[in-house]
Amino acid sequence: MSSRHLAVFLWYHPWRATSAMFGFLYRRLLYMIPTVFLISVVTFVIIQLPPGDYLDTLAAELSDSGGLDEGTMQALRDQYGLGQPMYVQYLKWMSQILFHGNFGISFEKNIPVNDIIWDKLGWTFAISLMTLLFIWMTALPIGIYSAVRKYSAGDYIATFFGFIGLAVPNFLLALVMMYVAFKYFGQSVGGLVSPQYLGEPWTFDKFLDLLAHIWMPIVVVGTSGAAALIRIMRANLLDELYRPYVVTARAKGMSEFQLLLKYPVRVALNPFVSTIGWILPTLVSGEIIVAVVMNLPTTGPLLLRALLVQDMYLAGSLILLVSILTVIGTLVSDLLLAWIDPRIRYQ
Amino acid sequence: MTVETTLGPSGTEEEHTPELLGPWALMWRKFRRHRVAYVSLWITGLIYFMALFGDFLAPEKVDETNRRGIFVPPQGIHFLVTDEDGSRSFQLHAKALKMQVDRATMRRSYVQDPDKIIPLGFFVEGYSYEILGLIPSKTHFFGPKNPRDIVYFLGSDRLGRDILSRIIIGTKISMSIGLVGIVVSLVIGVSLGGLSGYYGGWVDTLIQRLVEFLRSIPTIPLWMGLAAAIPLGWPPLYTYFVVTIIVSMIGWTSLAREVRGKFLSLRNEDFITAARLDGLTDWEVIRKHMVPSFSSHIIASLTLAVPLMILAETSLSFLGIGLQPPIVSWGTLLKEAQNIRSIIEAPWLLIAPGTMIVIAVLALNFLGDGLRDAADPHAH
Repeated sequence: MSSRHLAVFLWYHPWRATSAMFGFLYRRLLYMIPTVFLISVVTFVIIQLPPGDYLDTLAAELSDSGGLDEGTMQALRDQYGLGQPMYVQYLKWMSQILFHGNFGISFEKNIPVNDIIWDKLGWTFAISLMTLLFIWMTALPIGIYSAVRKYSAGDYIATFFGFIGLAVPNFLLALVMMYVAFKYFGQSVGGLVSPQYLGEPWTFDKFLDLLAHIWMPIVVVGTSGAAALIRIMRANLLDELYRPYVVTARAKGMSEFQLLLKYPVRVALNPFVSTIGWILPTLVSGEIIVAVVMNLPTTGPLLLRALLVQDMYLAGSLILLVSILTVIGTLVSDLLLAWIDPRIRYQ
Repeated sequence: MTVETTLGPSGTEEEHTPELLGPWALMWRKFRRHRVAYVSLWITGLIYFMALFGDFLAPEKVDETNRRGIFVPPQGIHFLVTDEDGSRSFQLHAKALKMQVDRATMRRSYVQDPDKIIPLGFFVEGYSYEILGLIPSKTHFFGPKNPRDIVYFLGSDRLGRDILSRIIIGTKISMSIGLVGIVVSLVIGVSLGGLSGYYGGWVDTLIQRLVEFLRSIPTIPLWMGLAAAIPLGWPPLYTYFVVTIIVSMIGWTSLAREVRGKFLSLRNEDFITAARLDGLTDWEVIRKHMVPSFSSHIIASLTLAVPLMILAETSLSFLGIGLQPPIVSWGTLLKEAQNIRSIIEAPWLLIAPGTMIVIAVLALNFLGDGLRDAADPHAH
């Protein structure tokens, strides 16, 4: 078999799809390495930005309460490579994280960063993912509706809310909703659960209470994304609705609803799904701001507080992890997309 | 070309000689047909007018505190005055207010003083300032006729400062951050996008990776980290420029992509090849033939990036890590409305600057949309 025959054979072979998938996965993983490296460098720069180094601050913090003895200071100095060239410090910081899972110490609270960040990060991503679901669940039907009933009252209402959603900053929307909820519905605002459930173990009642609170940040964070997606969906579907294949299907006597969902909506969905790449970073960003306003137990308030008191290892770890988790989330969504849509893996 | 003649308001000449219209004139014509975008152009113009002549438009001095006017709700403008003999006459005025303190709850409230009115007028005398920083003046567009009276048209804050004046003065900072940021992202975006698209190869790969990197990470935590490093003791001007540069990091990635796409598609066009064969240098080809053919698209996408930067500045300042309070911007104004308690007590602290931001962002968005449609020869 000549190499040309082999190539043709491989092209048609059924496992080609799988191998293309692996090739795609391999390429994407390879691209991730420089991205993650850049993220870590930027984070390191942010940690280094405030004047003075970590130990100066730590020593100043602890000098009131007796201070640190010289041995501990020296041990910490070695651990972080303080006083040595920048790249040594960077390597030491990175190797602590990579090989020991050690993100340093939050000197404001004087406990390892590891102990405080993980459940906050979990909440941030839980809310971001729920927001993504919310966006899809609202933008898809509304987008289809405003394309099919173009220039109807409903379309104008959707367009109007779409523009408002784009123009109102997240935090402003959060403030307005909190004001309305407090003033007209008397709901306790801020936090994810009512005050009486704080620190309680999880029960069904607490879960219901969580549901009663969590919709607000989801709606606030999701509004601008949903607004953008409604516009995209509407434009895409309008491009498809008057194509000959739609007319053909209609001529064959297909019911209007079936026809709509089976052909033009499916075509219009493609760019819709591919927006996943930019939507996750936007949602995480939005969640962080909204969390500050609504006082949610997520990354936002912790990061802001850490930055304001210059608790740099805590702040740096949060920025590093939020960014890396977002990149991983985007990768997962890209893989899902490639799995759904074969055109992507052959690019 | 015909830019000067066609940008004028009349447009009668165009009707007779349509064959002479240049691309800019065609674009302008198409743009004017887009009603919402055309109105938005006027609104945007008004807002920038406000930014330029803030001191003329503001009735009160921006940092003038008043212990007798804390958290005053917005005061209405009234038109008719009833004299002692019962006859009514036209006189713009506001009702004077009396402060009452409820000793039990320590709450302030204001009631109208029926005996006293504050006459209002146009071009009244107020605090002294300099028009555009050059011409000293005391004339203000609208306000109380007696310079010692204070009327809070949009309410006052916790130090008794006039919200309306603060919003007007804040326009300067908030809107100019968008413009300065645009210049920064224009320079970065066009040069990197141009390099990427014109040369291709490893330069292209490198720049595209950089763009992808910046788009794949959540920007807010990163900006927070950078903005928080601005020392508190820095002069306001430094802070302003650093915040602008941080904020302009959003705009350039999408611009770079757009410019790259244009370069890629233009690179193989016949007229570019012809120009190159004529012996023009790379730089001349880019400057004389490529940039003019996509500058309208760039203007449109720049317009769409301005509102993003305004929102970014507002968010950072609101969190307290962008611009700091002696600087007045819409973001620092909203910082006053940061907790639910102050919003309940004084909702106008949230509503007035919030509305202003929404109007500005909406107008700029519509304007950018209209420009983009007008710049696209294939749009219907």
